[in-house]
Amino acid sequence: MGALRRLLLLLLPNLPGLSGALFFAFCTVAGNIGLMATSAYLISRAALHPPILDLMVAIVGVRFFGISRGLWRYGERYFSHDVTFRSLARLRVAFFKALEPLAPARLLSYHSGDLFSRIIADVEREQYFFLRVLLPPVVALTVLVVYTLFLSFFAPSLAGVFIFFFLLAGLGLPLLVDLVLQNTARRLVTLKGTYQSRLAELFRGLGDVLVYGEMEAQQALLRLLNREILNLETRGARYVGLGSALNGLLMNLALWSVLVVAIPLVGSGKLNGVYVAMLALGTVSAFEAVLPLPGWGQHLRESKAAAERLAEIMGAEASDRQGSESEAGAQKKINAFGGAPSLVFEELYFRYAPEQPWVLTDVSCTLPPGSKIALIGPSGAGKSTMVHLLLRFWDYERGRITLNGQDLREFAPDEVRKLFSVVSQDTHLFHATIRENLLLAKLTADQAELERAAMKAKLHEFIAGLPEGYDTYVGEEGFKLSGGQRQRLAIARALLRDAPILVLDEATSGLDAEQEKAVLQEIFELFAGKTIIMITHHVLGLPETDRILVLQEGSVVEEGTPGELWQKNGLYRRMVERGL
Amino acid sequence: MLDKRMLGVARGVARYLAWALGFGWLVSLGTVFQAKYLALAIDGVFLAGKDLAQLWPWLKLALLFMIVRALGQWLSSVWAVRAAVQVKDSLRSRLLGRLVSLGPLYVRGEKEGELLNLLTAGVDALEEYFARYLPQLALAAIVPLTLLLFIFPVDYVSGIIVLVTVPLIPLFMILIGKMADHKAKQQWQTLSRMSGHFLDVLKGLATLKLFGRSRDQSRVIARISDEFRVETLAVLRVAFLSALVLEFLATISTALVAVSLGLRLVENRLSFVDAFFLLQIIPEVYLPLRQLGSSFHTAMSGVNAAEKIFALLADGSVSPKLQADGKGREEPPFVLDSIEVEFRQVTFAYAGESSGSQGGPGPLALDRVSFSLCSGQKTALVGPSGAGKSSVVNLLLKYAEPADGEILINGRPLAGLTRDEWYRHVAVVAQHPSLFSASVRANIALGDRASGEEEIRRAARLAGAEEFIARLPQGYETVVGEGGVRLSGGQAQRIALARAFLKNAPLLILDEPTAGLDVFAEEQIEEALAQLCRGRTVLVIAHRLSTVEGADRILVLDRGKIVEAGRHQELYARQALYYRLIREARGGI
Repeated sequence: MGALRRLLLLLLPNLPGLSGALFFAFCTVAGNIGLMATSAYLISRAALHPPILDLMVAIVGVRFFGISRGLWRYGERYFSHDVTFRSLARLRVAFFKALEPLAPARLLSYHSGDLFSRIIADVEREQYFFLRVLLPPVVALTVLVVYTLFLSFFAPSLAGVFIFFFLLAGLGLPLLVDLVLQNTARRLVTLKGTYQSRLAELFRGLGDVLVYGEMEAQQALLRLLNREILNLETRGARYVGLGSALNGLLMNLALWSVLVVAIPLVGSGKLNGVYVAMLALGTVSAFEAVLPLPGWGQHLRESKAAAERLAEIMGAEASDRQGSESEAGAQKKINAFGGAPSLVFEELYFRYAPEQPWVLTDVSCTLPPGSKIALIGPSGAGKSTMVHLLLRFWDYERGRITLNGQDLREFAPDEVRKLFSVVSQDTHLFHATIRENLLLAKLTADQAELERAAMKAKLHEFIAGLPEGYDTYVGEEGFKLSGGQRQRLAIARALLRDAPILVLDEATSGLDAEQEKAVLQEIFELFAGKTIIMITHHVLGLPETDRILVLQEGSVVEEGTPGELWQKNGLYRRMVERGL
Repeated sequence: MLDKRMLGVARGVARYLAWALGFGWLVSLGTVFQAKYLALAIDGVFLAGKDLAQLWPWLKLALLFMIVRALGQWLSSVWAVRAAVQVKDSLRSRLLGRLVSLGPLYVRGEKEGELLNLLTAGVDALEEYFARYLPQLALAAIVPLTLLLFIFPVDYVSGIIVLVTVPLIPLFMILIGKMADHKAKQQWQTLSRMSGHFLDVLKGLATLKLFGRSRDQSRVIARISDEFRVETLAVLRVAFLSALVLEFLATISTALVAVSLGLRLVENRLSFVDAFFLLQIIPEVYLPLRQLGSSFHTAMSGVNAAEKIFALLADGSVSPKLQADGKGREEPPFVLDSIEVEFRQVTFAYAGESSGSQGGPGPLALDRVSFSLCSGQKTALVGPSGAGKSSVVNLLLKYAEPADGEILINGRPLAGLTRDEWYRHVAVVAQHPSLFSASVRANIALGDRASGEEEIRRAARLAGAEEFIARLPQGYETVVGEGGVRLSGGQAQRIALARAFLKNAPLLILDEPTAGLDVFAEEQIEEALAQLCRGRTVLVIAHRLSTVEGADRILVLDRGKIVEAGRHQELYARQALYYRLIREARGGI
């Protein structure tokens, strides 16, 4: 329930909105009760043929309720949406604040954009928390209390009958339906998941499925799964339909029972007969408050599940953060260095958690200022991890990295990162103008500076050719840049940032060897004098580097100049020889 | 909203829907009689002073009709759901069949997620339309008319009030709906922009962090969310008017009727029984319309999904020839022991990016390409990325059709063969081997469930897969794929090789099968690959030097044309593109 409590706390600051929504929601139901009850009373009174003037109060009442109901409904909609949007905004901010320190190291383990889409969907789902989870039971409870008081004013036994059926319809029946459905719903979720993943398998392997003649078997399998899903859905719908039919029946039974109780009361003179019609219709109308309750359990579960998933990402991650960045005790600022600092890995060991295997074992190497070094090796060898450690996304366990002779851990992460520019294959372009995307690297840059950088990165001409030039929107929903253009934008960013160390993280993957070599050559010239660290899993297209580190399963297996490594006849040479 | 194609689908389940309507109609009859007997009972106690025993007959009848109503309501919903389920079932299998015939080129890649979603959630979205909206739409017409039939004989004044106000509801709904619809669309755009921004920030978190800008973002998110709220509420202020009008019309009519009944009762122009009967019935007239309003929006999301579904079912982007079953052919069944392939002046272009709106062909992927694959020989295709290597394979596998020219199989046009006939002669090992959630055995014996234990083991042995299969927890019965045991790239590739060994087809297509593997994994499967190629016609898209060197013939593709052809030594000696590719591959050493 902790996750839900957090949602509640997000709602609380908006007390006026909350009470407004509740008030109007209650009035909407109460207005209906009022309309039907006063109308019935009016007719009953009129049947006794009093002077018209005696009916005036009732007539005014009927008109008031007849006109006002729409307004109540309007107010309810308006306020409840206001509450919802405000709480969603707070949820987004709270979630982001919790997530921010985890990025990117912790989030890298999830890797895909899938996680993000899920987060978005989960946050969106919480828009129903107030509307469908919180508001309906509170309104129902208020109606129960108020209408019970109203009935007991006439006869306590009537109130008893009402409470009985109202609780049965609002609490008993939903619980029962929920209990019956829960199992079906759970199985449906699993089955639908299976269906989807089987379908994805089929799509991905459609070529093989066709060529190897497996299509019929696959189709039969999917058809079977689908039938099973639909059968379950039908069964579920049958219960839901039964639930709502019973809900209506209970409402009518309440009316009926009120009559059965009221008739003898009239006979014995304890109740004036003129009220019977009013009590009957009022009772029926009060049941409007329990109408949304049968789906309540389902909504609660969905809200809760989404809230828990979100809490898991922010909370649970935070609890075992020993390896990830810790700002405390690392306040030291980096003094202005003349040029690039020297970096040394000293017998470094790293793993993500104490119970997990080492990712890096006994890595030592020196990166003198201005050196060009390449980290190569198969994927998963630990190349990116080395860079992440340099960027202080994680802290290492044994050994150390020194920056001009001082342990890297003594510096604040933000300070360390100021030394680096990173150009990676998945450079993110924000849905913003090109200018804003460039300014990210240097807030204070003026137009001339931007253009200079873009020109060097050979991007200016392209930008100038766009209809809105530097103010063209790019990113997912904006103008689509090609892979090469994104790369050049990343290079322009790095140029603007002008940091002493440049990291190229698979920056040129996707190009063939010839192009790759040309681009890298160009980058080397643009960033002459800076330390350059390149990560790549293919060796072709490597320009002149001072040193190559060949990593495999977390260890440095070969190290040296390209010439030396070629002589060694090891992994490097085999990689070179086999490529095309 | 009624869509013609939706109605077409509905026709298939007309019987179910008719039952749903029938029971729905029964409910409204139940309402009438329940109201009548309740009115009689209350009249009895209030004006005639009868006691409970005297009123029992009325009360019992009222109870009976209450139960009839509940039953009718339940059965109506059951039939409506049955209709929806039927629709979902048939649409799903039609979609699946359609996607299969569109083939791997259509299904893979960017569209995959969208198509998956369409087949699952997209089809589910139709449920609301068929199970709720459509029956309610019909009931919104039938129920008020039915009730009016009972109202008019009792009191024509009330009848007229209802008759005047009821049509106002759809009228206002349409008027406000038009206004709000536009606004609601705007609102959805802002909503998706809002989510889009949040997603953008999450995805770019690493980048922001590297530039030291991530912490400012929480303020930006708060600001944008707030702007969104203000903007959206401004829109909703109008959209909610429809709710207001709906409620207003329904309640004001009830109020009007009640007051008019009261006034006439005083003057004794009406009986209490009739008046109370009418008071109960009048709100019921408006109920179906109100329910229709509430299911309208969810139904519309179903209509949106339906648009996409119908568009896909009608999408003509694949030529009918590809799906031809070769019916009416009288030739003997197509069985060949050895295969020779000839590409004759083949031209091919992929359909433009958006195959729906602007279906123009893109640039030429193959431009009048001619070559042959000789029986029993290994031919390698090399060339820079984008040269057209994959297009050759896609055409040869009938995933696509040449725009011009012909592909001949032992002299017969490939276009005249059905996919099934052709695929019997082909085995493929692709760059990314596909595994299915099934046992290792079933994965090897893909499409050939009849193969015997011995054959499967032999294929696995030849593919060099036996050793690791033996180490799996349940050996050949181990379930792999999603949810099962994860295999490494090299292991999965060996399963794919075993598949090809088992199929023993005369034509083998290798589509860069070692490209995704690291040096070690590659070395391990190379021997098995060589074994597999022996005695077959082989087309290999080459990625590594070693595969090229062993080929009988090398075709060098560049920008859709074959620029060089020959053996390794000849081509290397010519010092043209091939030479450059090889030099590059060797790192210039």
